[in-house]
Amino acid sequence: MILLTRKAEFSSAHFYWNPAWSEAENQRVFGKCANRQGHGHNYTLEVTVEGNIDPASGFVVDLKLLKEILEREVVSVYDHRHLNHEVPEFSTTIPTTENIAVAIWRRLVGKIPNARLQRVRVYEMPDLFADFYGEGA
Amino acid sequence: MTPIAHLSRRYRFSASHRLHVDALSPERNREVFGKCNNPHGHGHNYIAQVTFAGPVDAVTGMVLDLGELDGFARRELLDVYDQANLNTLPAFLDEVPSTENVCVELWRLFNAFPHATLRSVHVEETGNNSFDYFGETSPS
Repeated sequence: MILLTRKAEFSSAHFYWNPAWSEAENQRVFGKCANRQGHGHNYTLEVTVEGNIDPASGFVVDLKLLKEILEREVVSVYDHRHLNHEVPEFSTTIPTTENIAVAIWRRLVGKIPNARLQRVRVYEMPDLFADFYGEGA
Repeated sequence: MTPIAHLSRRYRFSASHRLHVDALSPERNREVFGKCNNPHGHGHNYIAQVTFAGPVDAVTGMVLDLGELDGFARRELLDVYDQANLNTLPAFLDEVPSTENVCVELWRLFNAFPHATLRSVHVEETGNNSFDYFGETSPS
């Protein structure tokens, strides 16, 4: 059993806002992230899969195929988009780094042939990232 | 079921230290600690990476309030450790401030953060040296 990690990047806008709260409460909890004009990040996604090495190819998964899956399922949907306004899962869920990691897990799980999704790591900035291992997904 | 996510945050501080143990002879100290035993000390730009686990709050979408964690880190870590001589800090008066010991001390410090469960502390002393501590997993 071996772990393999592939990175991808996407640049997106978002803001944090709970419609059930007053403007003051949103400001108190989310600070400048509550600016409804949005702001953005260059996100880095790391997807780790676990599997056995195919003795014929020496691969756990075909990296080109994994890249295509990440592109189709995540990057093409998130990149240069406003997460709150243009990505369905964030119409009702706040696009925090934690929720983005969970959403990407749900987009990818079961779609990678011959390997088990082990971890989704999303960097919002180099000094802030969230990991999701599928617990409670 | 509520998803459980892990959130990691990196903090940077610059500090000096000297690796020296009074119980050892000067020769033995030089032998064990090499250039880190230089009596005048030396310094590093440290990176402390802390990881917390918890349910993603259904209302805020967060494992913890980053403002609260940053405030905690400011008070407990950065105000004390940044631009300091580690050997003069209470935690290292009787303990050598090796980065292993710094890592364990930062575990004790961040384990007191009340709003989420600490999973690991990772300290980078230089780009090539880093240390991880996951707390004690069995009773000592």
